Amino acid sequence: MSQVLIVAEHDGRKLNPSTARCVTCASGIEGAQIAVAVFASQGAEVAAQAAQLKGVTRVLQIDNPANEHALAATLAPQVVALAQGFTHVLGPSTTFGKDLMPRIAALLGTTQVSDIMAVDGERRFRRPIYAGNAIITVEVAQGAPVVATVRTASFEAAPAGAGAPVEQQQLSVDLPAHTRFVSVSAAKTDRPDLQTAARVISGGRALGSAEKFEMLYRLADRIGAAVGASRAAVDAGYAPNDLQVGQTGKIIAPELYVAIGISGAIQHLTGIKDARTIVAINKDGEAPIFEIADYGLVGDLFTIVPELEQLLSAN
Amino acid sequence: MKKVLVCIKRVVDFNVRIRVKPDGSGVVTDGVKMSINPFDEIALEEALRIRERGGATEVVVATIGPADCQQQLRTALAMGADRALHVPADGQVEPLAAARLILGLIKRESPELVILGKQAIDDDNNQTGQMLAALWQRPQATFASKVELTGDKAKVTREVDAGLETLEVDLPAVITTDLRLNEPRYVKLPDIMKAKKKPLDTVQTTDLGGVGAPQVKVLKYESPPQRKKGVMVKDAAELVNALRRKGLVS
Repeated sequence: MSQVLIVAEHDGRKLNPSTARCVTCASGIEGAQIAVAVFASQGAEVAAQAAQLKGVTRVLQIDNPANEHALAATLAPQVVALAQGFTHVLGPSTTFGKDLMPRIAALLGTTQVSDIMAVDGERRFRRPIYAGNAIITVEVAQGAPVVATVRTASFEAAPAGAGAPVEQQQLSVDLPAHTRFVSVSAAKTDRPDLQTAARVISGGRALGSAEKFEMLYRLADRIGAAVGASRAAVDAGYAPNDLQVGQTGKIIAPELYVAIGISGAIQHLTGIKDARTIVAINKDGEAPIFEIADYGLVGDLFTIVPELEQLLSAN
Repeated sequence: MKKVLVCIKRVVDFNVRIRVKPDGSGVVTDGVKMSINPFDEIALEEALRIRERGGATEVVVATIGPADCQQQLRTALAMGADRALHVPADGQVEPLAAARLILGLIKRESPELVILGKQAIDDDNNQTGQMLAALWQRPQATFASKVELTGDKAKVTREVDAGLETLEVDLPAVITTDLRLNEPRYVKLPDIMKAKKKPLDTVQTTDLGGVGAPQVKVLKYESPPQRKKGVMVKDAAELVNALRRKGLVS
């Protein structure tokens, strides 16, 4: 029987939805008993949210002032101490999990399986390589536990409504002092979160400036969408880095993705392939984005976007 | 600071359209253009800038892989690295194996800073830097978009999902690079000539602890499922109508 430990991602108060997606991935491992570990300074609130997720057997709450900020160097030895008896240790393939999980894997003496997109067996998984241009099936050798990150866009979030027990745990582990949190600057926004939004409006280099990029926020607000950007738009300074969608940015799977002035480099396309419906608006009819779009519209975005805004507010 | 170690990987150039072999045994790499992994090029550029600002006296570049990798090491030397180390290895070297070999190099070279790309664009693993930091029992600052060195500390700004996070780490440390850390320089012809005379040494894996058996076996390669070709609409009104019919907007 598989014993799966999922390392919860959270901001100290709210459980990140990526954790619920890891639970769904773990549920695909036959006969899995799923424990979620919450490392925080005071984790009761987050642990209670994790306990509600369907499929979770128990929640382990590890309170420690050192866990105020999620530092890989601090968390990894604690996860390793907790991982005794587990066959799998999973985390989300977000910047949190990408930073932390390989450090855990190395301490456990195993290579990690990055970005699980499908579970084919207890130790057999599928994952993308080459920016999603090839899919490999891998099998992890017996011995050390499976350590993996979960490609969150490939799994639905496990629903709430259950009630697993929460266990407080004390770990006696020496924690390093060589890594210190200084600050985080996060844009405060009332818009939906890019990674979990049902609708996303995304802009590319063709927007031309940060001021003009603003028009996408107005359009997004009309339909309750999150805003995303191509690497080119972020590099040019039109949008902040946390909006970047693609191989090295966020991998998303919204119901509706509207790419505006994005040509569609393969590195961008890999970030949106799981979107249910893709709309492309571009003045170049030959742009690669049209090859994967469900609806394509060739034309000047500076005319089309205001028209869309008006049409969508007319209802 | 005396020494920065930069680790690079030879990968299929990012402009190449990847094709899976019909028999599912791998991807087509014969006759395909190979380059330094773009994130590793950024790592090298950062090390060179640190040296040029007087923050380090030597930049050593290392790679693990077949003999052909020496081309990429020569390119790195032409960019400005002082010397190169080649660890010959044929076949797949997993991230943990790579981290163990690099740790072996660290024991010989004693760098104060090791910089690597955050991921290689072939396997997209994003593991080696973090694993190296774990085995070395030193700090990691991944996905860096800004690095400031003062004395025996580094202040690193990281690109994270929420925005930008800043960490302070004690040296020695491992930094992995994100795209916006810098823009790598172009190599000039005289530098290519000069690079031919720079030292390029070989270190055997057996002298670094060896490469263990792979732990993650690849069973099969497949092409990703293709999306169905969509339809073109003539104007914004037709688009909005189509989206309304599908219930995607109200």
